[in-house]
Amino acid sequence: MKLFDLRGGVHPEGNKDLSAERHIRTLPLPKKLYVPLQQHIGAPATPVVKVGDKVLKGQLIATAQGAVSAPIHAPTSGTITALGDHVAPHPSGLPVPTITLESDGEDKWMPIETVDKPFSLRPEEVAARVAAAGIVGLGGATFPSALKLNLSRNSGVQTLIMNGGECEPYLTCDDRIMRERAAGIVEGIRLIAHAVAAKEILVGIEDNKPEAIAAMQTAAGNSEVKIVVMPSMYPMGSEKQIIQVLTGMEIPAGGRPADIGVLVHNVATAFAVQQAVRYGKPLISRIVTLSGGAIRTACNVEALVGTPVQELIDFADGYAQPAARLVLGGPMMGQQFTNTNVPVVKGTSGVLALMASEIGHAEASPCIRCSTCVRACPVGLLPLEMAAHIRTADLAGAVALGLKDCIACGSCSYVCPAHIPLVHFFNYAKGDLAAQERSKLKQEATKKLADARNERLARIERERAEAAAKRKAAREAKERAAKEAAAKAEVV
Amino acid sequence: MLFAAIISLTLLGAVLGLLLGVAARYLKVEGNPLVAEIEQLLPGSQCGQCGFPGCTGAAQALAEGSAPVTLCPPGGVALAQALAAKLGVEADLSGVADKGPMIAEIKEEICIGCTRCFKVCPTDAIMGAAQQIHVVFREACTACGKCEEVCPTESVKLQPVPVTLQSWYWSKPRAEAA
Amino acid sequence: MNPIAHSPHAHAPVSIGKVMATVLLALTPATLFSFWLYGWPAVNLWAVSLIAAILGEAFVVRMQGRKVRPVLMDGSGILTAWLLALSLPPYAPWWIAVLGSLFAVIIGKQVFGGLGQNVFNPAMAARVMLLISFPLEMTTWVAPSQAPGLLESLRITFFSQPIDGMASASLLGHVKTEFTRGIGLDQALTGYYAPLDMLWGSRAGSLGETAAVLLLLGGLFLIARRIITWHAPVAMLLGVAVPALLFNTIDANHYAGPMVHLLSGGLMLGAFFIITDPVTSPNTAMGQFIFGLGCGLLTWIIRTWGGYPEGVAFAVLLMNAATPIIDQYVKPRIYGRDRKGAALAVKKES
Repeated sequence: MKLFDLRGGVHPEGNKDLSAERHIRTLPLPKKLYVPLQQHIGAPATPVVKVGDKVLKGQLIATAQGAVSAPIHAPTSGTITALGDHVAPHPSGLPVPTITLESDGEDKWMPIETVDKPFSLRPEEVAARVAAAGIVGLGGATFPSALKLNLSRNSGVQTLIMNGGECEPYLTCDDRIMRERAAGIVEGIRLIAHAVAAKEILVGIEDNKPEAIAAMQTAAGNSEVKIVVMPSMYPMGSEKQIIQVLTGMEIPAGGRPADIGVLVHNVATAFAVQQAVRYGKPLISRIVTLSGGAIRTACNVEALVGTPVQELIDFADGYAQPAARLVLGGPMMGQQFTNTNVPVVKGTSGVLALMASEIGHAEASPCIRCSTCVRACPVGLLPLEMAAHIRTADLAGAVALGLKDCIACGSCSYVCPAHIPLVHFFNYAKGDLAAQERSKLKQEATKKLADARNERLARIERERAEAAAKRKAAREAKERAAKEAAAKAEVV
Repeated sequence: MLFAAIISLTLLGAVLGLLLGVAARYLKVEGNPLVAEIEQLLPGSQCGQCGFPGCTGAAQALAEGSAPVTLCPPGGVALAQALAAKLGVEADLSGVADKGPMIAEIKEEICIGCTRCFKVCPTDAIMGAAQQIHVVFREACTACGKCEEVCPTESVKLQPVPVTLQSWYWSKPRAEAA
Repeated sequence: MNPIAHSPHAHAPVSIGKVMATVLLALTPATLFSFWLYGWPAVNLWAVSLIAAILGEAFVVRMQGRKVRPVLMDGSGILTAWLLALSLPPYAPWWIAVLGSLFAVIIGKQVFGGLGQNVFNPAMAARVMLLISFPLEMTTWVAPSQAPGLLESLRITFFSQPIDGMASASLLGHVKTEFTRGIGLDQALTGYYAPLDMLWGSRAGSLGETAAVLLLLGGLFLIARRIITWHAPVAMLLGVAVPALLFNTIDANHYAGPMVHLLSGGLMLGAFFIITDPVTSPNTAMGQFIFGLGCGLLTWIIRTWGGYPEGVAFAVLLMNAATPIIDQYVKPRIYGRDRKGAALAVKKES
């Protein structure tokens, strides 16, 4: 198949061999699980359990709230011991509302409803089962999958693209799941295609995963699922980039893939979809890559959602040497964390313990305008110019240069010989602009409130004055009447 | 020769100066539409924290350039920037950014339900009835501080807005280079 | 305040120091060749330039109260002085090198705010300053005959010993002089233009500008190492060669051919090492191509019709001044947008 050109991009050291050749192993059942209510983009889920409740594995413990949200299920059987705050898998390290579940060690499933002929389900039924299973994009974006299915079906999607790029260094969780569970993935892909009535199905896999490609090709057989080998490059696995490479089309700025008739899902999500639709199993676990130069035994594990990361590190035999930095996700876009009590969530693709030499940190020096960042940017931005504007607090100038089109892939920061934290500048600016927008909205709202109050006070004042005037008039009328009566009486 | 040059230049200067004076006198711009525009931007809660008698006074001072664009604490950085853009000046945000957004909070233990704060709140952000504990609507509070002034038990206090996962964002990189 | 580091948590094995070191490495063959060609005076001049630049930069950075070490360690001052040295006449007196180097790093760079802030290429700014201020010293060329010994070289560099019988004119200077005497190209070039010698650099000219092949190799090395891209150099060579070919075809007796132009003066050094200076050239590939084309065209125009025989330095400075405007108008198209920045149309099939 003809592939299309991609702009920019970088070729970081893959380091995938650390963990790629090891079978997925299941993590032993942890004692305590910390299940955050927000593991997806959108509104946090609402708990439907109380402290002390006994729950079974797969039982609904928090339900979706609002249009964009996803439900959450008990990862194992046990007792709810707390509904409170726990440290979040987020760079802020802030606590978030979390359900704490103490496992009873039995790991007993709730009764689940299997479907023998999943393809006889109507598309909306498939989407409903995906929604009920709490499936979100497992590539890292964690957008509720069912929502994407419904949006795509309604807008008439032609092409379904399955993302098996896994362009982030170190990560091999998608590689392993494609090697070991190809049949399930392919059925999940066909179910997704069925749910959105897609006419074309392309599975893009980077050429650095030959075993995964072979396994997927075997599983796909002669079906409509087409496996496409893509060159290895970062950020090939980004939604915008994989669409461009496979179809030559670009998502219009500010738009969605559905705008050009495309739907993109991750391969691991397809497996979760198959598990949910065929076996009625909700999303309560995922494959996590444990890797990095500081970890003793790099590997891939299937971990329950809510498992403290420390348990995973222990499972990998701890550190071979002190880790300079712990990262959730891949090194290019992952988040550093310091508290190993953070739980694995639906979007956790990897846990990395990196050595200083792998990070390659250096103090920033002046920009020499070498424009390596311009050549690396897959979006066609001018990172050096944007950062210069942001540094001097000219955020509007950065926006005019396309700040909002930045996908924060980090390619520019990665290649900058001056070690300028370019993408940090951009994320700071995006955050600051959003905060300004919020405060502007709030100000507009409070201004309305203030005006309403002033008007009300004025009205009350006016009414009071009117009432007083009326009373006065009445009193005067009365007095006049009395006077007149008196006068009459005198006359009489 | 030199004398002639001095005289001619002096004359030229005098004539031009006169012209400017006449122009300033007869072509004067009456009133200032800017004041109304600025007032539109201000919160309109007439809280008086800027030191002017209400938002109109502040708008006048801003239009005259006798007040800094950072004068309005409830408006915060966003307003300062909007004002700077409107007035075409550079905003020195060092003073505003430090404090961060604030919000009124009521300590329920010592609230006696006197309704004083409720009455002075310019945006109806405090709810409550007599003898009952009052509550602050975060979305409506502009942190004007009027409630803090009238509270007899010091139960209302302005607090920094707590950072949540929704409002947190990366701080500016310290790197001097870029 | 925030101890959490932002992604990415990996970095390409690159740094400013490494970039500069690679460029210096690429310059080394041509430099060594010039040492062999012109002997010790060239070595002296080169060393004096570097020392002056280092000391001068250290002094001004210290005066500004900034840390000296990181500024010197980035190697940009050394590169500037090196490039300036290569563009000086090999037997120029020491104070030319000192003055030029100090001008380059202090006026050309630090006054603008240091590395990355200067508008003009510091080495070329210094060269033009020297050329305008000291035209005699800056145009006294020597033919690469037998190289003087160490002692004699010290006398040449440091005591301005007159160069007996070795003085020569550069090709471009010679042609220009002959023109003023009404002598056509066919005669002027006779005995002066030997293409093979020009190629190897065995000719009268600046210290390090003559070895066309070695400079070309250095440039290709930089392209291979992805330090520079082909756009600006190729455009500059085209900018000189195309008009040269055109006018040479029309009137061969008045206009030198493309080979004469490509192999003379500072064109090779300029194309691969001067106009590829990232600080003073545009950001985008397209911008760099336009920039290179402008440099080449201006060089040819100045050489052909200008008052000076060589125009690379002037052309580079003129195009440096045009860089901000090129960057303003030549921007890459952003993903999902058209060239004007509007969002692409939403495509609806079915």
